[in-house]
Amino acid sequence: MSAVVSGTSVLSERVQDAIRAEVQKYPQPRSALLIALHLVQGELGYVPLEAQRELAALLGIRPIEVREVVTFYPMYHEHPVGRRNVQVCVNIACALAGARQVIRALERRFGIAVGERTPDGGYSLEEAQCLGSCGTAVCVQVNNDPFIENVRPDAVDDLVKRIG
Amino acid sequence: MAVERYLLPPDGADWRALAAYRRAGGYEAATRALREMTTEAVVEEVKASGLRGRGGAGFSTGQKWSFMPKPGGPKPSYLACNADESEPGTFKDRQIMERNPHLFLEGLIIAGYAINARAAYVYIRGEYVTPFRVLSDAIAELRAAGLLGTGLFGTDREYDIHLMRGAGAYICGEETGMIESAEGRKGQPRKRPPFPAVYGLWGCPTTVNNVETVSHVPWIIKRGAAWFKTIGTPTSTGNTLFGVSGHVNRPGVYELPLGTKLREIIDVHAGGVRGGRALKAIIPGGVSMPVLSAEQVDVAMDHESLKQAGTLLGTGGIVVMDDTACMVRAALVIARFFRHETCGQCTQCREGTAWLYKLLQRIEAGQGSAADLRTIESVGGYMEGQTICALSDAAAWAATGFLRRFRAEFEAHVHEGRCPLPESFEP
Ligand SMILES: Cc1cc2nc3c(=O)[nH]c(=O)nc-3n(C[C@H](O)[C@H](O)[C@H](O)COP(=O)(O)O)c2cc1C
Ligand code: SF4
Ligand code: FES
Repeated sequence: MSAVVSGTSVLSERVQDAIRAEVQKYPQPRSALLIALHLVQGELGYVPLEAQRELAALLGIRPIEVREVVTFYPMYHEHPVGRRNVQVCVNIACALAGARQVIRALERRFGIAVGERTPDGGYSLEEAQCLGSCGTAVCVQVNNDPFIENVRPDAVDDLVKRIG
Repeated sequence: MAVERYLLPPDGADWRALAAYRRAGGYEAATRALREMTTEAVVEEVKASGLRGRGGAGFSTGQKWSFMPKPGGPKPSYLACNADESEPGTFKDRQIMERNPHLFLEGLIIAGYAINARAAYVYIRGEYVTPFRVLSDAIAELRAAGLLGTGLFGTDREYDIHLMRGAGAYICGEETGMIESAEGRKGQPRKRPPFPAVYGLWGCPTTVNNVETVSHVPWIIKRGAAWFKTIGTPTSTGNTLFGVSGHVNRPGVYELPLGTKLREIIDVHAGGVRGGRALKAIIPGGVSMPVLSAEQVDVAMDHESLKQAGTLLGTGGIVVMDDTACMVRAALVIARFFRHETCGQCTQCREGTAWLYKLLQRIEAGQGSAADLRTIESVGGYMEGQTICALSDAAAWAATGFLRRFRAEFEAHVHEGRCPLPESFEP
């Protein structure tokens, strides 16, 4: 999951090809930027500056235009997060269902606070805003996987098992 | 009264596969619209149905479509579909995308035809990986069956549907923020005019519609505007998807006619307040809409009735709170959200959301003063009606709404120097 430089490029051929295919869908190549960043992050785990520079060249824009986007959107990371980045929704429906207790239990379990990463790089913990799953609160998302729903504050063992 | 459902498949039915959807009559409306109706006739039918947008603002869909230019202009037209669904308390579009993807795609085909669009771009919030996958599969199936691309439904039209992904910013649900984001930029809303119908995606005429909005359209074409108007109230027509969350026994998404009583939604459909506790507060349409107190539970869930009750229908996302819930904490959680999501362009919004959060933090911690309560109202006043988009208004309405409706509880925090509700959820 780290940005190992293969040859001269941070972005693999596979990701570059996928981005080129995305570009075809739009009248302007830079419209593929958000999905391209997801593809890059899916491969590297985060979006380092070298990757941003290569992406800018691929889309014909300046590196700062990529960086503006990376830093504006909460889902992108410029620095490595845990291999499992655990995002717990703390918005109203999840708060009513005990999201704060879930976060506290995970902090104890992982030995880190919200915004931190375990020393072995295995886990990181984030607060998320409403994930669009309020009817099945508490809602948790790990990386970009399908939601873990109906998390109960008194069953965090179960959650940890599902996080893996 | 038995309610006929049409947005969500009947219980036990799985309409995700193209063949199953077609067996249930799917794509008949698109075939008829494209082969037998003029684009004007489609617009007129939808106008006559009274359909209003389900994205939050409730604008007439047919009217919005009629702002689009006639074909043959210098620029192509586009349909931009809003699948950002980020308003807290709202989780309905996901139900359509995951459980009835072809109804949504059929709606996109008919809507695109009505406005003479070259293509539809669907902007899906980045966290919705399952809806994205289900829709990708459904589009691939449609294309393989020759129902998308060139020669659409045996006509000489060309039309395509593309999926885009957001990346966690609520402001990209605002229509011009979404357009900026779809162009590969920060999702900062644009000043209007020009409106998207004149200057939208890539500077071209664009209609922005919500997922649920376009999903009503196949049924309006299939069964007619007159049928649609028999459902709901005279000015809030059709069914809608109410999402119910919070302190109820059966949270979930319920498809019911607009105008259904809030009490019926909570007590009958959502199974009543959990643990038999007393109802205290209800947010009726996503956290941007002012909260209601339990005494208002007999309100009908339509645009006009909610306006009279001092709030708005918004997205129909209903958040229910029982008598354990601290209203200062609820306001705090929501203020934290808006402070996190402001795009920062407008001073009133950038500074105001930070102030509201700070003031509510102080009051929640038992360190607030009577002056802080007045400051919430004055800050809220500065935030309303003066900014590029409505996020600022929403943040102000939410905070001042809680304060007005539950003032005694705010005052108790100030006077007692602590939260008077020991059993409350934590923010
Ligand atoms: C801050 C803000 C966030 C919004 N978020 C959404 C959203 O997530 N989904 C949506 O459909 N509309 C959202 N809207 C409303 C859109 O701007 C727009 O009115 C709507 O998508 C139009 O579609 P409709 O006419 O079909 O309802 C938001 C508006 C504001 C001001
Ligand atoms: S009102 Fe707030 S969110 Fe909207 S454009 Fe201004 S700063 Fe951005
Ligand atoms: S409030 Fe947590 S998913 Fe909506």
